[in-house]
Amino acid sequence: MELEKFSYDNQIVRKFLIATVVWGIVGMTVGLWVALQLVYPQLNLGIDFTTYGRIRPVHTNAVIFAFVGNGIFMGVYYSLQRLCKTPMFSKMLSNIHFWGWQLIIVSAALTLPLGYTTGKEYAELEWPIDIMIALIWVVFGINMFGTIMKRRERHIYVAIWFYIATFLTVAMLHIVNSIALPVNFLKSYPVYAGVQDALVQWWYGHNAVAFFLTTPYLGLMYYFLPKAANRPVYSYQLSIVHFWALIFLYIWAGPHHLIYTSLPDWAQTLGVVFSFMLIAPSWGGMVNGLLTLRGAWDKVRDDVVLKFMVVAVSAYGMSTFEGPMLSLRNINAWAHFTDWIVAHVHVGALGWNGFLTFGILYWLVPRMWKTNLYSKSLANTHFWIGTLGIIFYAVPMYWAGWMEGSMWKQFNDDGMLQYPTFIETTQYVKPFYAMRSIGGVFYLTGVFIMAYNLVKTARQGSFMASEEAEAAPMEKVVKVYKGEFWHRALERRPIQFGMLALVAVLIGGIVELVPTFLVKSNVPTIASVQPYTPLELQGRDIYVREGCYTCHSQMVRPFRNEVVRYKGEYSKAGEFVYDHPFQWGSKRTGPDLHREGGKQTNAWHYWHMYEPTSMTSGSIMPSYAWLHERTLDISTTPAKIRVMQNLGVPYPEGYDAIANDDLKFQAEQIAAKLAQEDSRIKTSADKEIIALIAYLQRLGTDIKAEPTAQAAN
Amino acid sequence: MSVIFLLIGCSLLLAIIFLFIFIRSAKRGQFDDDYTPSVRILFDDVPPRKSNHLKSKH
Repeated sequence: MELEKFSYDNQIVRKFLIATVVWGIVGMTVGLWVALQLVYPQLNLGIDFTTYGRIRPVHTNAVIFAFVGNGIFMGVYYSLQRLCKTPMFSKMLSNIHFWGWQLIIVSAALTLPLGYTTGKEYAELEWPIDIMIALIWVVFGINMFGTIMKRRERHIYVAIWFYIATFLTVAMLHIVNSIALPVNFLKSYPVYAGVQDALVQWWYGHNAVAFFLTTPYLGLMYYFLPKAANRPVYSYQLSIVHFWALIFLYIWAGPHHLIYTSLPDWAQTLGVVFSFMLIAPSWGGMVNGLLTLRGAWDKVRDDVVLKFMVVAVSAYGMSTFEGPMLSLRNINAWAHFTDWIVAHVHVGALGWNGFLTFGILYWLVPRMWKTNLYSKSLANTHFWIGTLGIIFYAVPMYWAGWMEGSMWKQFNDDGMLQYPTFIETTQYVKPFYAMRSIGGVFYLTGVFIMAYNLVKTARQGSFMASEEAEAAPMEKVVKVYKGEFWHRALERRPIQFGMLALVAVLIGGIVELVPTFLVKSNVPTIASVQPYTPLELQGRDIYVREGCYTCHSQMVRPFRNEVVRYKGEYSKAGEFVYDHPFQWGSKRTGPDLHREGGKQTNAWHYWHMYEPTSMTSGSIMPSYAWLHERTLDISTTPAKIRVMQNLGVPYPEGYDAIANDDLKFQAEQIAAKLAQEDSRIKTSADKEIIALIAYLQRLGTDIKAEPTAQAAN
Repeated sequence: MSVIFLLIGCSLLLAIIFLFIFIRSAKRGQFDDDYTPSVRILFDDVPPRKSNHLKSKH
């Protein structure tokens, strides 16, 4: 058969490569900054844009979707062309994909500090950006499937299977989780409320870990690790088996983020069982990666690329063992809401994603620039300082998490909480936060060293924009017969057929089912639970805007210590039916707030938000003094009420027109009460702080109104 | 909790699609050879023969 000549496009790989390094530095620097703010809150510079609650999502979004995201595309665009023995399907689509993705990142970096957020962890971006993500993702998909279609190699290598699973699943997760009704251009409410929103969010959130941080990276491991070691993967058979096992199990594991919450028990158990089973396929991947180096461990001693990859695969093994353990009820009861989880994700993120990316970068740059690495010793320095960084990061966080879990639960001999005020644990873990930042400095320093080394390498080489290659065309099996019904041709193409079916069923399902669910789900199950007043609704949106959920949970779990500590009943599912979005949080850097309403005076909240340490000595919460100066924007109230009505919240008809009258009335009452409680407070009723106080004082109080309230679920 | 039906539906749908793809590709022999593909990927980066080979002969 005639050999065909073609060339691989390295330019698109270079673009994604540069973006990976640049956004990696940006995302990790912001990470260090937010870490330091937990020790020195004044590092927010006193402005809202750079305060923890706003830029913590910048850090998570930047490292996940910008650093790892570009890393995925870099690796996919390099390996897919070579595995398929063809250039990418369309150069134009490649470029649209690249620039579109960078535009999304820049939009995120601008909107999140400005406070435009949905308040759903790892899915904070507002609806116009969500739509952009969906479109660019489809561009990526068309380009990838187009390339697979015109491949010259019949066998689809295991790495490509991982890429396909990534594309299909992320598309579905993103669409289902992002469905929202817009209030205006940069504000929307998710269609799901409370428990439902929590379940959808963590179904998405866990699978963002599974199908954005894991499957594509396993694909990259299966290409770049054998390449770097120059030996075949230990067992190709195992790679196929663990791929299919992994993707069939992963999608069910989401509820392990909601153990002991108001989510029904059986759904929690489902999550636990599947999470536990996940050890098998996860370790299949790890074992396969490590054993690829059997008999070649001497190479690891000399080759910095392999060093990075070995640590990456080991970190993958550790975090995928720890994950199933953390999803067990008894361990989760201890570890949930503590810094243990932060340690867990960072072993995965810094070790697995970070180190695999660095290994790939050190392997790719000399190859694409046709030269040797500028400095091996600098790369080795990066390896050691990075590894130390991971240890210095993880160990203090494990210690802190263990102690938080222990101190929160500790009762003394008299049956009282040993550490009744939350600030005692905060004070205990503060030095560990400082130590963790040192780990972060190490890790980030390594990345800077890498960037310097890679730039020097590129400078001394010459970039190979396109790489010549040749291969025989693939023998045609799929034949198109003239005059046949068009559907016949489609039936022979399972992937396109599957895609179209997915799109069709998803659209149909969403349009048909979601409204039905909404009507049903918003039937109150606790009679005394009422919708938020307009002022409380505005206050809640400030709570979301400031990212309070990044440090405060709203979920009192059914444990004696929590019920005693937070002085109220444990949280019930029926209490959250009007919460669009839910704000249960996932971390308690500060205390839980679900039973906050009525515990403190309005004046306490006023001063606490103005200067937290004035009310709680030793607090690491930043000051939110801008809330005391800014006037609440009430022009949005009618639109917000109307959207809530559309979502099934039972405000009376035509309430949007008079909502602001109620809002002003309640605000005047609170302002008057503030003046009465503390004569130093002279605030007008139209400030944002008034709305926030209204919301905080409402939190978790409905259930108290009617002691005989019927508990849901 | 009715949303769980949407999620189960979506998850099952995806699983069925994957299952369909799996059966199709298994039938087409994608997984018959579970060794050579792992070796083949190591050899595809050889730069196209230019004059290097000829030169070495001289």
